[in-house]
Amino acid sequence: MRVPVEWLYEYCDPALDIVGLGQCLTMIGMNVESVDHHGVAALEEFVVGRVLSREQHPDADRLSVCLVDIGDGSPSQIVCGAPNVAAGQTVAVARPGAVMPDGRTLAKATLRGVESNGMILAEDELAIGTEHAGILVLDGDGLEPGMPLEEVLPIATDVLDLEIGSNRPDCMAIYGVARELHAATAARLAPAPWAEDPGGEGPIPGVSITVEDQQLCRRFTARLFEDVKIGPSPPWLKARLMACGQRPISNVVDITNYVMLLTGQPLHAFDLDQVAGQSLTVRRARPGEEVQTLDGQTRALDEQMLLIADADGPTSIAGVMGGARSEVDDTTTRVLMEAASWDGPNIHRTSWQLGLQSEASLRFEKQLQPEQAIQAQVVAARLMIDICGARIVAGTIDVGGDGPPPVTIRLREARVGGLLGRQISCERCGEILRALECSVTDASDGLDVQPPAFRRGDLVREVDLIEEVARMDGLEKLPATLPSRHGAYGRLTPRQRLRRSAADVLTAQGLHEVVGWSFSNPEIHRRLRLDDRRAVMIENPLSADQSQLRTELLSSLLDVAGYNHAHGAADIRLFEAGAVFLPTDGAVLPREPYHIGAVLIGAVRRATWRDPHPRHADFFVAKGVLTGLLERLGTDWGVVRSSEPFLHPGRSATIMIEGQPAGWLGEVHPLVAAEWDLPDTIAGFELDLDAVPDPVTISYEDVTTFPEVREDLAVVVSEEVSAADVLDVVRRSGAPILRSVEVFDVYRDAVRIGAGNVSLALHISYRAPDRTLTDEEVADRRQAIAEALAQRLGGRVRAA
Amino acid sequence: MTETIERIEQLRLEAEHAISAALTSPALEEARIRFLGRKAELPNLLRRVAELPADQRASTGKAANEARQAIERAIESRQQELAVSELQARLRQDRIDITLSADPLPAIGRLHLLTQTRREIEDIFIGLGFNVAEGPEVETVYYNFDALNHTVTHPARARTDTFYVSDEVLLRTHTSPMQIRAMEAQPPPIYIVVPGRTYRPDSDPTHTPQFHQVEGLAVDTDITLADLKGTLQAFARGVFGEGREVRLRPSFFPFTEPSVEVDVSCFNCVGGVTAAGERCSICKGNAWLEILGAGMVDPNVFGFVREHGYDPDRIQGFAFGMGIERVAMLKHGIPDLKLLFQNDVRFLEQFV
Repeated sequence: MRVPVEWLYEYCDPALDIVGLGQCLTMIGMNVESVDHHGVAALEEFVVGRVLSREQHPDADRLSVCLVDIGDGSPSQIVCGAPNVAAGQTVAVARPGAVMPDGRTLAKATLRGVESNGMILAEDELAIGTEHAGILVLDGDGLEPGMPLEEVLPIATDVLDLEIGSNRPDCMAIYGVARELHAATAARLAPAPWAEDPGGEGPIPGVSITVEDQQLCRRFTARLFEDVKIGPSPPWLKARLMACGQRPISNVVDITNYVMLLTGQPLHAFDLDQVAGQSLTVRRARPGEEVQTLDGQTRALDEQMLLIADADGPTSIAGVMGGARSEVDDTTTRVLMEAASWDGPNIHRTSWQLGLQSEASLRFEKQLQPEQAIQAQVVAARLMIDICGARIVAGTIDVGGDGPPPVTIRLREARVGGLLGRQISCERCGEILRALECSVTDASDGLDVQPPAFRRGDLVREVDLIEEVARMDGLEKLPATLPSRHGAYGRLTPRQRLRRSAADVLTAQGLHEVVGWSFSNPEIHRRLRLDDRRAVMIENPLSADQSQLRTELLSSLLDVAGYNHAHGAADIRLFEAGAVFLPTDGAVLPREPYHIGAVLIGAVRRATWRDPHPRHADFFVAKGVLTGLLERLGTDWGVVRSSEPFLHPGRSATIMIEGQPAGWLGEVHPLVAAEWDLPDTIAGFELDLDAVPDPVTISYEDVTTFPEVREDLAVVVSEEVSAADVLDVVRRSGAPILRSVEVFDVYRDAVRIGAGNVSLALHISYRAPDRTLTDEEVADRRQAIAEALAQRLGGRVRAA
Repeated sequence: MTETIERIEQLRLEAEHAISAALTSPALEEARIRFLGRKAELPNLLRRVAELPADQRASTGKAANEARQAIERAIESRQQELAVSELQARLRQDRIDITLSADPLPAIGRLHLLTQTRREIEDIFIGLGFNVAEGPEVETVYYNFDALNHTVTHPARARTDTFYVSDEVLLRTHTSPMQIRAMEAQPPPIYIVVPGRTYRPDSDPTHTPQFHQVEGLAVDTDITLADLKGTLQAFARGVFGEGREVRLRPSFFPFTEPSVEVDVSCFNCVGGVTAAGERCSICKGNAWLEILGAGMVDPNVFGFVREHGYDPDRIQGFAFGMGIERVAMLKHGIPDLKLLFQNDVRFLEQFV
């Protein structure tokens, strides 16, 4: 909210400069979002002047040459273009050196050959109005030429833009901010602007108000003004509206805005002669019922929305925007001033549903209190009389009345210190709460506190009072302590450590982690050839291509790979870890397994002068990375051939952990790669990390005392037999002394080992934990292995 | 002196000459074979000593033995000389251009900056006695709003502010739902931080529809607002350096009372002015960095988990929530949020 300091200080002036004021308000909860200067600068150059003479400019029809007394002894000659300038007027003058609101510095000028020593000002040139047709003519009473203009008009002020918490609609008001400032600084608070009421109570003859829904309209007040003279507002009022960022319109409308800015309570002025039947009814709209609002638009309402209707139908949307039909205009003479209290949540809903926000709705939706309605009526009445020359008709229509009486809240002294960690005395608490306009009495263990009506909404519990005390006493006084913890201690869970290890081992293998989007495009499953896969859909996505949640990480990795490829990266090694979202029938929430996936494109390492052509990533490189990952996690795993639709049909594997599928390993199908404009060979994997069991504590095994026996074995099997099968047979038949076996060479030769056969060369090592193995033991196992290979796989051991 | 002995003497001289003339280990080996090898003359002489007349045997044998030993000594000594000079020669030859670029093992990859920052934050709080908890990203309205004391009309619930999967299911807008889930799962005392991904339908230069937060929750019998200040001061010093101060400003959140915004004194300047005398670009001359929202857990929130041991009259606690992106951006001077989700490897590689 924009708060002109000049206006604020009329009600509470703590004698702080703008920096000090900003800090003070920030530290009591009204964050200063910006500070700007409204109006002119170099104030000493703005003075009151009196036009001594006016003559026609010799060479310009539209210009006048004036002699103006500005109080410095000799009259100044000023050329003026306004049609309304005349001798005898009291005017606002800017002398050379004056700085105008747009930052321009005024200089001596020569206009069509005539020297001009300054400028006779119009409203808009001072940014205190929008009028430009003529100069601003001041009421000369009590003004002398040469008087500083700032004493006459609010031509310059700093304006704070404050962030007001949604629980403090009372602070969306100049006087509300002044109250806070008073409580924080103890600077004197001027009496409330509604202290003296020129009006009275009782019905208003000839006007009737009916409120059909008192739940949604807690209070409805109306006052009637006659003999209203519509015209422009006085400069001081326009100036304040302008400083608050509002455009002056006419005195009556300006008064409603001014009072809202001052008190926080919006008002609406009806032209009573345009109110059919001189009666207003507050009721829920009928479905589809239409209202033409002040902005000229026609809006359709629903039955949750509240409207104000006269005998001819709807005239305004309650609390949101007035209607065009009963708007005040130049011919208005009788004004029915309305100030009401609406149900905040209902106004909020209406405003959202209609996409229509106004200064009024922004205040009402935060729930104003009924007492504020009558306060605004009082301030408006004073201004209607003073500015519009109006006569107030006796009486106030008041449906609903004041809000409920205040509640009493016990504030325990011990609780204040107990919650804050710093004791604040009962005396100090009382002082603060009284400054906040609570009524406070002593109680056995603290204070009994009744909040003022305007805080009815946010001061309801002891803890709310403690916040007030803490805030006003100064949060900066709190010590910085640590919780005593009572034996609680912190650590990562095994699962969290496992996730960290998984990421670490992939970075150690040269992969970069990326953070992709949880959102994905419904097209993605088609691009991955997974057409029948279902996803969690978002009802209100930002765009169609972000309308579902990802079910896999591959597409996100391909997106990132594609981005980097398009930006010149040829060799790409990426991984991502995070939740994917799988719809689960019958459950409220989807499953969110934690996946980790990787893609590898191009050279596995940077080319160097020594190795200008490093190997390119393929299935086995990806398998190597996966092996590194799962070995680090201590997982027993394997792969089986599979046919994932998004993978190369001959290079597609399912990762198996504890007999269950846990992800895929392979090379991406060239058609999928093409969807992302990526090279043909993309190797990768995606693993459900939740399928990896928690690591177990490793028990010691003696692997150093007794030597290993190593030997190589060449095994010829049919091409149909997989390496995994061979290794499995060797492991089983080599047990219990076989320690490890791995393939170190693959050899095909139709002549020497027969067509359709393959020779696998194996490194085998044997070891026993408790003895040195004898040649006989090893020979025995070798024999067993050879027999098992022959029996189970039809293989044979080649002579070494 | 016999002819044989003369011959032995001559062989010794020849051998010594050949040995000292050998310039390389192979040449020396050649000399050894020539004079002491299986077919060489001297060993043959020695083998045939027995065939000599008796009166010559002793003297001849002695002479031959001495000659052989002398030759062996000479070879050994020459061997040592050659070893030294040959090593020096090899080392000279092995000289490389040490300025050529490295031939590294596969380059080390990087954790994403968000992961690095998240771990840094987690580790600080683990050190302060907190556990790390994680929760679902797709949440119910109950956990995301209702149990966190958001009124039914709270603007954050609007479809403009929250992604919905159905009327009752949404993408969590903060990590705060885990406050409730954690309290349901465990009686007090509870000390947790909750890192995780969160979502709001905002997309502009300073907002992305997905972002990351770390929630904090400490509930015990005697947790105070001063404890919140001390905890966050320890956090601020851990992340932004010793000497950082924190400032609490009053604020408003539905699920805390009192509520505060927490600022950290800027690490890049003093009072908003850098060492170079310029307005600080990190804090925009403000001297403080707005870093997170926090407060004492609102008693109404405990009301939702009362039956799990959280009687608002007996226990109290603090909660806070910070953006991981914001911490990372402030700490590393990253000007644009989008960089964190673009995943340009050139960007990612900077953060080791």
